[in-house]
Amino acid sequence: MAEILEVKDIAQQEYLINMGPQHPSTHGVMRLVVSLNGEIVKNVQPHCGYIHRGIEKMCEKLTYPQIIHLTDRMDYLSAHMNNASVCLTVEKALGIEIPERVKYIRTIMDELQRIASHQLWWCAFGMDLGGLTCFFYGLRDREPILDIFEESTGSRLIQSYYTPGGLMNDIHPDFQKKVKEFIKYFRKILPEYDQLLTGNVIFQERTKGIGILSKEEAINRGLTGPSGRGSGFACDVRKRAPYHLYDKVDFKECLYEEGDTFARYKVRIDEMWESMKIIEQLIDNIPEGDYTAKMKAVIKLPEGEFFQRVETARGELICFIVSDGNKNPLRVKFRSPNLINLASLNVMSKDFKIADLVAISGSLDLVIPCMDR
Amino acid sequence: MAFSFSIYDFTSFTQWIDKSLYAAMPPFWALIVEMVIIGIVFLGFYALLGLFLVYAERKICAFMQCRVGPNRVGPFGFIQTIADLIKLLLKELIFIKNADKILFNVAPFIVIIVSFLAIAAIPFAKGLHAMDFNIGVFYIMAVSSMGVIGVLLAGWSSNNKYSLIGAMRSGAQIVSYELSVGLSLITIVVLAGSMQLSTIVEGQRDLWFIFKGHIPAIIAFIVFLIASTAETNRGPFDLAEAESELTAGFHTEYSGIRFAFFFLAEYMNMFLVASIAATVFWGGWMPLHINGFTGFNHVMDFIPPIFWFFGKSFFIMWIMMWFKWTFPRLRIDQLLTLEWKYLLPINLVNVLLMALIVLMGWHF
Repeated sequence: MAEILEVKDIAQQEYLINMGPQHPSTHGVMRLVVSLNGEIVKNVQPHCGYIHRGIEKMCEKLTYPQIIHLTDRMDYLSAHMNNASVCLTVEKALGIEIPERVKYIRTIMDELQRIASHQLWWCAFGMDLGGLTCFFYGLRDREPILDIFEESTGSRLIQSYYTPGGLMNDIHPDFQKKVKEFIKYFRKILPEYDQLLTGNVIFQERTKGIGILSKEEAINRGLTGPSGRGSGFACDVRKRAPYHLYDKVDFKECLYEEGDTFARYKVRIDEMWESMKIIEQLIDNIPEGDYTAKMKAVIKLPEGEFFQRVETARGELICFIVSDGNKNPLRVKFRSPNLINLASLNVMSKDFKIADLVAISGSLDLVIPCMDR
Repeated sequence: MAFSFSIYDFTSFTQWIDKSLYAAMPPFWALIVEMVIIGIVFLGFYALLGLFLVYAERKICAFMQCRVGPNRVGPFGFIQTIADLIKLLLKELIFIKNADKILFNVAPFIVIIVSFLAIAAIPFAKGLHAMDFNIGVFYIMAVSSMGVIGVLLAGWSSNNKYSLIGAMRSGAQIVSYELSVGLSLITIVVLAGSMQLSTIVEGQRDLWFIFKGHIPAIIAFIVFLIASTAETNRGPFDLAEAESELTAGFHTEYSGIRFAFFFLAEYMNMFLVASIAATVFWGGWMPLHINGFTGFNHVMDFIPPIFWFFGKSFFIMWIMMWFKWTFPRLRIDQLLTLEWKYLLPINLVNVLLMALIVLMGWHF
């Protein structure tokens, strides 16, 4: 700094704090440079790239079944949906009809994953607001889902269960029984979440009217997923462009008009109920049949551009593949819902307190590895 | 005076020590020896209670969070806190390059000494009372409000932006809530007609003040519970630490035994406010007496006063832990709104109401 700062300049300087890359509320290695005026947030500048692994570039050297394993590592909390984005793109490109059984299992798995992801979000959100007990309640109820995953897919977090054309292996014989047990258990336990957090006066004071984003702004900024629906933006891909069996099952798109942190919270709580409803409709009717369609040993996509939208637990994930007819893609692009949702953070948190910034970024439910890819 | 010891009344025991000391040496030296004895007893008590409270908090929060809690070191994990203490003692004290060295080192001591001083005025049982002077309530208020200096210094001298925000929050918070604590205690002082803690306890011989002063006393107790939780920087008012926002707030930069001082002081402050609440509202060491029920009163008298005192204190601490582990954290502006717009006006009206009740003789 060559020029000499005068006292006047120092007084006008912003109070900058670095939230992250290692900070308890960013839930990963993201850095937010926050300009403060006392406690009031003036500007938030996100810096990402701390966990950039070049997944899209790596995909260019890999075959399609291999790409699946990389997608798990993007949004590790909605691993099934990430797998589905690539599988569905490849299946669309090849024009294969996949067995009904696979569609059923994929829908159930996706919804289980959505519940698990929202549970983890719920506990982390409670913890962001200082309610530490939420964390253990959420994790306790997430455990049965992970056990179900472990039985069928062999893995708890990053399953790589879907393959182009079907599934890696068939479901465990106990799958249906365990899922039904879980739904029965969770229907009883979910009102407990409301008792602990939703109805709490302090919690409502902390979230209502905080971080408001209008519908227009949400659409302009491409805010999708539960966060977008909290602003009244009907952006559920499961309704707008159904894949799997979503056009056959009956469920509600949870929409709230308020656009504040509490609305985003309510959307996720409601979505857990809706996901349970979807699973209940399907779990008894899984048809017999193959767990995978007949696929060639080497999958080669025809020349062209293909894409598929899926709804992850965080928003709209788009897999875009450009193929030149080889066994590996020419270019792959993932539209990460997290990165685009992050763009709204500055608008939402302007002129709110620093404690609200934590609540708002918590309500966006950001998964950093998906942001950076 | 002959040696006599009774768990129901420590007066003769403490007076025996006092008399024998004064008989054995000149008054000045007797006083010094007494001070040293009391200091050592309190230090030991302080350390033991700190260890026990940390363990209790861990077990209680584990119980609330569907966990087991410490269960590996010793039976039911009872040695866990001692192991932690040894770990903290052995840890490196990290010095920060650009920190204000003197203030940085002094801050933890201020915090711990303040909580230590206030405990001297608490009557633990009949006759078990280090200092019993006529402005006991005032003394406790005055001493416990100095703790904020330590917190402010810790935040300022660490030269860390998070710490500074935490310290500033804590300053605003403690200074505000001090008012409510004071006013709610004054409500009871009006009822008791004395600031001397032993007189306050004696005044509850026939009925505890929380029942005696009916509505205003209950309001005062609730306000005291809220305000004193805020004053001790515990959840849901732990804004100064605010783990998810400010990492650890004012004590982010402290390590080893210095951190342990802050940690211990938090628990001791919690014990302090719980014991004040027990003494002022719930009769201190006084057993539960109901006017006219002689048989019942005799049965209650059978339980030694020291158990009454600790039972009440631990019960109030349990309530404080309960809402710490249930509620989310408030925001700084909500915290100040709660104090200045709600608690303080309620308190002022409450003092008037209590004065009216005492004047008209409406209390039991």
